[in-house]
Amino acid sequence: MKQFVSKSNRALLAELVRTDFKLRYQGSLLGYAWSLLKPLFLFVILYIVFVYFLRLGKDIPHFPVYLLLGIVLWNFFVEMTMQSLSSIVGRGDLIRKIRIPRWMIVFSSSMSATINLFLSLIVVAVFMIINHVTFTPSILLLPLYLLLIYVFALGCSLFLSAAYVKFRDLSYIWEIILQAGFYATPIIYPLQMIKNDFVEKILLLNPIAQAIQGARYNVVTHETLTSFKAWDGSWYIIMPSILTITIFIGGLLYFKSQAKYFAENI
Amino acid sequence: MALDKGIAVKVSHVSKSFRLPHESQNSIKGRLINFNNKGYEIQYTLKDISFEVKKGDFFGIVGRNGSGKSTLLKLISGIYAVDEGTIETNGKLVPFIELGVGFNPELSGRDNVYLNGALLGFSRKEVDMMYDDIVAFAELERFMDQKLKNYSSGMQVRLAFSIAIRANTDILVLDEVLAVGDEAFQKKCIAIFEQYKARKQTIILVTHDMSIVEKFCNRAIFIEDGELKKEGSPTEIALQYSDSNNASYAKDKQTAEKRKMAKIKRDIDIEILSAKTGEKQNRFSYGDKMLVRLKWDDPRVKSAGVALLKLSGENLFAPNTYQDRFRFDENTHEIEYEVELNITAGDYFIKAGLFGKTDQIIIAFDDEGPAFIVEPEGSKQRWGGLTRLNYKWKI
Repeated sequence: MKQFVSKSNRALLAELVRTDFKLRYQGSLLGYAWSLLKPLFLFVILYIVFVYFLRLGKDIPHFPVYLLLGIVLWNFFVEMTMQSLSSIVGRGDLIRKIRIPRWMIVFSSSMSATINLFLSLIVVAVFMIINHVTFTPSILLLPLYLLLIYVFALGCSLFLSAAYVKFRDLSYIWEIILQAGFYATPIIYPLQMIKNDFVEKILLLNPIAQAIQGARYNVVTHETLTSFKAWDGSWYIIMPSILTITIFIGGLLYFKSQAKYFAENI
Repeated sequence: MALDKGIAVKVSHVSKSFRLPHESQNSIKGRLINFNNKGYEIQYTLKDISFEVKKGDFFGIVGRNGSGKSTLLKLISGIYAVDEGTIETNGKLVPFIELGVGFNPELSGRDNVYLNGALLGFSRKEVDMMYDDIVAFAELERFMDQKLKNYSSGMQVRLAFSIAIRANTDILVLDEVLAVGDEAFQKKCIAIFEQYKARKQTIILVTHDMSIVEKFCNRAIFIEDGELKKEGSPTEIALQYSDSNNASYAKDKQTAEKRKMAKIKRDIDIEILSAKTGEKQNRFSYGDKMLVRLKWDDPRVKSAGVALLKLSGENLFAPNTYQDRFRFDENTHEIEYEVELNITAGDYFIKAGLFGKTDQIIIAFDDEGPAFIVEPEGSKQRWGGLTRLNYKWKI
C-alpha cells in the first residue's frame, strides 16, 4: 500500500492513463467524441432492433434507458477485461527494461476503461432526461454497483493479464466466455421474461447481473427484478459480493505470484 | 535487513537460470500435448555471484556477449527475480537498460518527454520545470509538437538521453548506453560520466568497452560464462578481459582457418621477449622494445618474416629478410626481430613465415602466433589510429 500512494507512482499512473487515452483515438477526426458517439450509436441500433421490431420490454417503463444502462455497464466489464488481458504483454517493452510495479499496468488499463464508463454514463443521463425519467435519491446507490463491477472486473483482469503471458490462447477463450456472458446476463432482455424461478436465481449469482439489475432498479425504474426480490431478501443476495471478493483476491494472489517472472516470460 | 550505510548494492550468492522451451509452449494445446514431457531445458546464466558496490563507486561489470552480465544487471534492477541468493539495495535505483523506454511513435515529442519522465519517477510538475532544459539540451525546440515517428533515430536518441541525464537517483544502472549513437553523442555521454564521477554518484555500468571502464570505474568485476572470474581494479580487469578475448579468439580462428592452412607446416618456434630484459613477456607499454625470436630446424630456410597484426586482423607491418637483403645461411637456425612498439594500446598477435631463396617459396608459416598486449599509457596517448607517425604542426 505504501508503494501504491507514493508520489512518483501516482504520477506514473496518471501518465499511463493519459497516454492510453491519447492513443485511443489517435488520428481519428472526431477524437474523444467517439467515447460518447459509440454508446450513442449502439443505443440507436439496439433500440431499433429490440424495441421497435422485437417489441421487448413493453411492460417496462423507460425501456430504452433501461437497455442502454445495461449495455453500458456490460461494455465496461468487457472493455476493462479485454484491455487488461493484453496489457502486460502489450507493455512488454516497459516490463523488460524498467522497474515499475507490474500491477500498475493493469491498473492503468482499468482506469481508462473507467473513464470511458463515466463518459458513457453522461450519454445515459442525457437519455434519462429526454425520456423523462424521474431522478430519485436512490441514484446515489449507483456508485456501489459500479464498484461491484469494477472489483469483479479487476479480479478477472489481474488473473487474465498474468495468465496471458504464458497462455496466448486465453484471448480467444475469454472472447467466447464474454459472448456467452452477454446472453447469460440480463442485458438485452428483461429478467422477468424468464419464468423459471430457479434459473433466475442462478443468473443473479453473476455479480454483473446483480449490479446491472440493481443499478436499473435504483436509477431507471422499480419495475426491475433485483436479486433482493428474486431471493426474497435471504442472505443469498450477498453471494455475488462474496464471489467478487473471492475472484479479486484469487486474481491478485495469482498476479503477485507470476509478476516476478513477467520480464523473462514475455 | 540492515545494510551497512556505506554500501549501495550488495549481491550475495545470486544464481539465475532460465527455462528454454524446446518449442513454443505459449498455448494450452502445447501444454496438453507435452504434458508428460518436460519440454524445456534449464540453462544456468549466473552461478553464485557475490559482490558489493560501495556508495560513490563507479562500478564496472565486464564480460563478453552472453556471459550473463546483462542478466545480472536486470537482477540488480529488479526486472528479473533471483532464483537463489539475495540482492539488497540501499536507496533509489534507476536502471537504463535502453534509452527512451516507453517512447511511443504515435505521441508528440512533448508527450513522450512527460511519459518517459514519469517512467523515471518524475511528477508532471517536476517535468514541467525541467522541460525547457531537456528540449534545449536535445536541440529539438522546433520539433516538440511533431510525432515521434517523424523524428530521425538520432533525434530520438538525443531526446531520450536528454531526459535520462536528469534522473535524480541514488544509484544509476547503465547498460551499454554508449553502444548507440554517433561519436558526437558518445562524447556527450562521456562528459556526463565525468559529471557523475565528480559528484560521487553511485553508478553501475555494464560494458565491454574497456577504455570506458579504465577511464571511469574505480572498481570492476569480470564475468565469464555466468561466473564471477575476477574482482578488482579496472586495470586488472582489463588485462583479464584481454586474456579471455585472446583465448577465445585463438580458438575461433583455429576452427575457421584450420582447413585453409592445413597444408603448410608449422615448424616454427616463436617466442616473444622483452628487448630490455630478455625475459619472456607479453604485456608491453607504448614505446617498449619487443624481441621476437624465431627458431627452426629445416636447413632449406634462407629467409624469414614477421608480421604484427591487430587481433581484429589488420596487418600493421610485415617485413622479411629477403626484401631487406638480410642474409643468413643454412647453418642458422635462429633469428631475432627487434621492434619498437610505437602502436596504439590494444591486442595484437604475430604471424611468422620461413622462406627459401625468395619469399615466394614458403617452407613454414604460422598464421596464429603468440598474442601480446600493448597497455595504454595513461592520458599521454591521446592520438587515435594504429600507430604514431612522424609529424609536426606548422603555421
